[in-house]
Amino acid sequence: MTDTCNKIVAANVEKLPEITEFIEGCADQFGLDSKKKFGLLIAVEEAFVNVCNYSSPDRKGRIEVLCDRVDDALVVEILDSGSPFNVLSLPDPDTSLDIADREIGGLGGYFIRKFSDSVSYRRRNDQNVLRLVVNRSSSTGRL
Amino acid sequence: MPIQTSKETTALIVTITGRMDALTAPEYEKKFSELIAEGEISFIVDFEQVDYISSAGLRVLLATAKRVKAVNGKLLLANITGVVKDVFEISGFCTLFPTHDSVASALSASLG
Repeated sequence: MTDTCNKIVAANVEKLPEITEFIEGCADQFGLDSKKKFGLLIAVEEAFVNVCNYSSPDRKGRIEVLCDRVDDALVVEILDSGSPFNVLSLPDPDTSLDIADREIGGLGGYFIRKFSDSVSYRRRNDQNVLRLVVNRSSSTGRL
Repeated sequence: MPIQTSKETTALIVTITGRMDALTAPEYEKKFSELIAEGEISFIVDFEQVDYISSAGLRVLLATAKRVKAVNGKLLLANITGVVKDVFEISGFCTLFPTHDSVASALSASLG
């Protein structure tokens, strides 16, 4: 991959297959192994769904996904112009609780962190920008 | 929806195929709700043909498990392997649910 690729869709969960297809294409072009690609697809899904649900709940917003290669890493940025919302600010779920006590939800932000080698959030030009970095080398991943 | 059911004496085997993601999860949740409404309380979910699961899919399992637990039922999982297993381990769902290497093993467990 030599150039940045991007995909713009409506902030609607029904657009998830388009995002998945786009990320799979970028990951394949970059040469990411299947395990890391799987993790990236989960992280991007969680980020995308969070924007749909919290940042643009009226479904009127748009989400742009950018893929780029930086050195030996695949960098994915998820941009939306909805309300400021940092999914990384959510607390991790307590993964030690049993079925009765375990809360439904809270795993999205956790998966974004767990399945990326690094992740950051910022506001840029009145947009939420979530940046996920996945290194090519499996040895640095958490899977 | 890629979901099939098969009634055994001690449990209903639910076979899921493909993706359990944010788009498909509501359909699975609805299906489990319907099955519970029909009186089913013990489930074995066969994951052999599931190739992707995100938090939305896990939420369906947890919500269903809470409901069957409330009526002294069971939700057992079978054939969780590969990348799907990684998701279960990272989320702590491996310890949350009884998991089995095969549907046969889960069926034996459901007798108890």
